[in-house]
Amino acid sequence: MRALWTLVIASALAACATTETPQTQPPAGVEDRAPGTAPSGPGTQGVPPKPVTGVDLTGGRPATSQADPLRDPASILSQRSVYYDFDKYDIKDDYKPMIEAHARYLRENGRIKMLIQGNTDERGSREYNIALGQRRAEGVKRMLMLLGTREEQLEAVSLGEEKPKEVGHTEEAWARNRRSDMLYPGEY
Amino acid sequence: MRILLAAVLGLVAAFSAHAQLSIEITGTGAQRIPIAVAPLAGEAALLDASGATLSAIVRADLERSGLFRGLEVPRLVPQPTESSRVNYAEWRSRLADALVLGSVAGGRSDGRFEVRFRLYDVVKQSAIGGVAYTLSRDQVRATAHRIADYVYEKLTGEKGVFSTRIAYVVKRGERFELQVADADGANEQAMLVSNEPIISPAWSPDGRRIAYVSFQNKKPIVYVQDIEVPKQLIVANFKGSNSAPAWSPDGSSLAVALTRDGTSQIYLINPDGSNPRRLTRTAGIDTEPAFSPDGRWIYFTSDRGGSPQIYRMSATGADAQRITFEGGYNVSPRVSPDGNSLAYVTRNSGKFQVALLDLGTRQMQMLSDSDLDESPSFAPNGRQILLATIVGGRGVLTAVSADGRVKQRLTVSAGDVREPAWGPLIP
Repeated sequence: MRALWTLVIASALAACATTETPQTQPPAGVEDRAPGTAPSGPGTQGVPPKPVTGVDLTGGRPATSQADPLRDPASILSQRSVYYDFDKYDIKDDYKPMIEAHARYLRENGRIKMLIQGNTDERGSREYNIALGQRRAEGVKRMLMLLGTREEQLEAVSLGEEKPKEVGHTEEAWARNRRSDMLYPGEY
Repeated sequence: MRILLAAVLGLVAAFSAHAQLSIEITGTGAQRIPIAVAPLAGEAALLDASGATLSAIVRADLERSGLFRGLEVPRLVPQPTESSRVNYAEWRSRLADALVLGSVAGGRSDGRFEVRFRLYDVVKQSAIGGVAYTLSRDQVRATAHRIADYVYEKLTGEKGVFSTRIAYVVKRGERFELQVADADGANEQAMLVSNEPIISPAWSPDGRRIAYVSFQNKKPIVYVQDIEVPKQLIVANFKGSNSAPAWSPDGSSLAVALTRDGTSQIYLINPDGSNPRRLTRTAGIDTEPAFSPDGRWIYFTSDRGGSPQIYRMSATGADAQRITFEGGYNVSPRVSPDGNSLAYVTRNSGKFQVALLDLGTRQMQMLSDSDLDESPSFAPNGRQILLATIVGGRGVLTAVSADGRVKQRLTVSAGDVREPAWGPLIP
């Protein structure tokens, strides 16, 4: 539903952009012919670049947020992040109690869904990092399923290196960005 | 002397500083052709939006290639034109090997202008050729790029790329812009503006459409957009992540990386989103497909051997073989337009740099020397490779000549520029 809604907004914006854009193209451009007495060059057909018209998606987005027991700092359920070594996706033992707690919560609340977002640091290829972030998120998803969560409750996606929690080009920033986040509705 | 020349080049190139994207050149080619581009008679009546003359744009184009040295041309009276008798001895005494003379005529009933030029070989004392164009006032830069393309091709034997365009992503604060600009950074125009990341723009072979990945729906989805029509078409929006679009050379399909069946795998899909078919079947990561120019092969990144390395397979997904062996992290393959070499990103003592591999001789050459280089993209004539890097904490683009000698840096004011994609030659 959310996806559909965003699409509707996108098409509405696109429609606006269309109406605001002059539809007339400049006449086909630079004509090509040899000067009167000169030896002529081969065809350098002069097609001027076409104007580019764009889509603007930056209009305000409604923010949804509500008070949530999952945010009680005293509860292990308020912890949401798994951290990784460079180019790794294995889940260290330290994070297992937290993932078990979320699996229990999801088992007990079978209608609640979770989005798992995998992230990487900025180094290397953006596209490889999307694949790596997906693998990290899938690893968390798989562990939750092994602990009894139904697959329908879970979606794993990757943000690659595109949404760093920590901006900066240091080891510390990189370590904080190699991360999977377990998010409940209203949190993403 | 070399440093001084580079500084002069930098100044000459600064004419485009009015543009959003500004260019700085460092280094010089091994052998640059000294060329005199004389002011075209009457060109002062026909300036571009920034006040540049045709001859200045032509000269800056040629110098930016790293293959030419533009000579200072004093004010000549009477001003020579394409129909003057050429005083070869005088131009030779100015050390010119090549010469461009021409003229601009206005006063046409339709308000358009006529530009004529002729290119001369000063050493052989002969005319090489010439062209005339009629143009309107808003076509000054396009016409100058055509003249530069003509001169470049006549004197180097290769296609010029001055009339091509580049795409890239600019991040300004929390805002992402997919931009298209002329190859010299001028005439920047936004195709998409979003509060969520945009990555991996890829030009269709005919230069009319761009495929890209947008996170506007909170996850990576592949879109295609016509550069003249502000409308996004969804190509791949499956469960999980959808990314890494690459056009087949005939434009009939896109290779993409999808995680709909588990880990990232490579699929072919039609540009309208129909008929997805899976090409790779591994338990690991396969991504970053790139077609060879003949369409027979797909190069890609895979961690099937334990670390990310570059492989290639047939375009039907068969016969995968490993291409890179040195180093523990080799990603982002891009095949040169002649199919003979491969640019990619390699980790080298903890630094991520762009390397060029000769696919015949297996010789490898490092093209960049920074820490965080990524996203190489070949110019359509193969002479330069555009890449993204971080300088002083800011994202900039660098165009490196394929021999590694000449570098141009393209920066934007108050923003990070990244994800370059050099567009095709437009006939």
